[in-house]
Amino acid sequence: MPETIFKHTTKTAATLVAFAFTFTLLMTVVYQVTKDPIAKSEAEVRINLFHQVIADDRYDNDVLNDTINIPPNSLLGNKQASVVHIARKNGDPVAFILEAVAHDGYSGDIKLLVAINLDGTISGVRVIKHAETPGLGDYIDIVKSNWIKLFDGESLSKTSSANWAVKKDGGHFDYMAGATITPRAVISAVHKALQYFEENKSRLLNASADSKIQQKTSLNEENQI
Amino acid sequence: MSQFKEITVNGLWKQNPGVVQLLGLCPTLAVTTTVVNGVSLGLATALVMAASNGAVSPVRRFVPNEIRLPVFILVIAALVTVIDLLIHAFAAPLHKVLGIFVPLIVVNCIVLGRVDAFAAKNPPAPAIWDGFIMGIGLTLVLGLLGGMRELLGKGTLFSGLDLALGENFKSVVLTLIPDYQGFLLAALPPGAFLGLGFLIAAHNWLEQRKVSKKPMPSASGTLKPAH
Repeated sequence: MPETIFKHTTKTAATLVAFAFTFTLLMTVVYQVTKDPIAKSEAEVRINLFHQVIADDRYDNDVLNDTINIPPNSLLGNKQASVVHIARKNGDPVAFILEAVAHDGYSGDIKLLVAINLDGTISGVRVIKHAETPGLGDYIDIVKSNWIKLFDGESLSKTSSANWAVKKDGGHFDYMAGATITPRAVISAVHKALQYFEENKSRLLNASADSKIQQKTSLNEENQI
Repeated sequence: MSQFKEITVNGLWKQNPGVVQLLGLCPTLAVTTTVVNGVSLGLATALVMAASNGAVSPVRRFVPNEIRLPVFILVIAALVTVIDLLIHAFAAPLHKVLGIFVPLIVVNCIVLGRVDAFAAKNPPAPAIWDGFIMGIGLTLVLGLLGGMRELLGKGTLFSGLDLALGENFKSVVLTLIPDYQGFLLAALPPGAFLGLGFLIAAHNWLEQRKVSKKPMPSASGTLKPAH
């Protein structure tokens, strides 16, 4: 009875399509409803991070949206183009906030946010994302310990290249017993981020001046309207 | 009414998904590093199970047998996505804690298991209750296991509650063993396996004791105690 088989198959397929359609519709609606609150809460999370790496009274601009696009760079460890956030006071840059990635952690990549002042000292470092062993390597996270604050005020001139290591390796930085791979990775990533900043400082400054002009022009256009 | 009571007893004890059915071990073992993580994921799972059972049960007669599994998985995946988005949008701190675990609920076979074994054969009200109570049964196990591992591994209880519910709850975090160096095995995945083993053993021991006291096992008893 080919007709009934045909009928049965059609009905089955139609049911599946109907379910797929209904639930896709449901997801679309929920996605649209939650899109703005999610974007807002993610922006809040990032702004909160900026507050942690640079003191509030040192800048007065919208750090989240004041950015320069930079190509991938091996010193920053990123494989895709990323953005540098600029902190400004009265329009003049006071610090650059870079994203750096350490690939040599114990488990997966460690993503860092490194804020560097114009004079090359570190304003603050925070771990954005990591998968280090809970209770062992996760003290790099500010939620677990203050270890990451060791970097505050560090610079290439203050600490020589050889000293950018844990004390166990003859370096300058404390670590916690049992987990040295994790801090090694973080220290070397921060060190390389500082090197990147030194090499590219003038370029970043030029780019920040350009983006400032762009901002002004866009403001003028708005005024004309 | 007795049906609901039986569902409750099954979900919480006799057919507990965590220590009897042993379904959904992937999140059980991965998440239970602390009480808060375990209970949060357990409650999220209970929510998904109640919702998916409730979504499947009313349409169970329209789903041809051949495609029931794809349809169920479609429903579960969609509901998990919806719940994930809602938590992210309206309970951002909770999302920070649960984050990567919520999508894991899709692959938790306990959800599909209950949809196929119960919701596809029963009316909506008992189905929703079954999903919810099975989730609560799982939550109890996740919470207990999380408590054991947190206490042994870190010497604290309820750590992270302030992250999930706000700064006010920081005082609830108990440091039971101050200056504790930590017992790493408990915090790592093998600790989860060992801890779950102890919980299953305890469950079996209690069941056996009950059976030996009462020589005639009840007719509804589906658990066959180990020898």
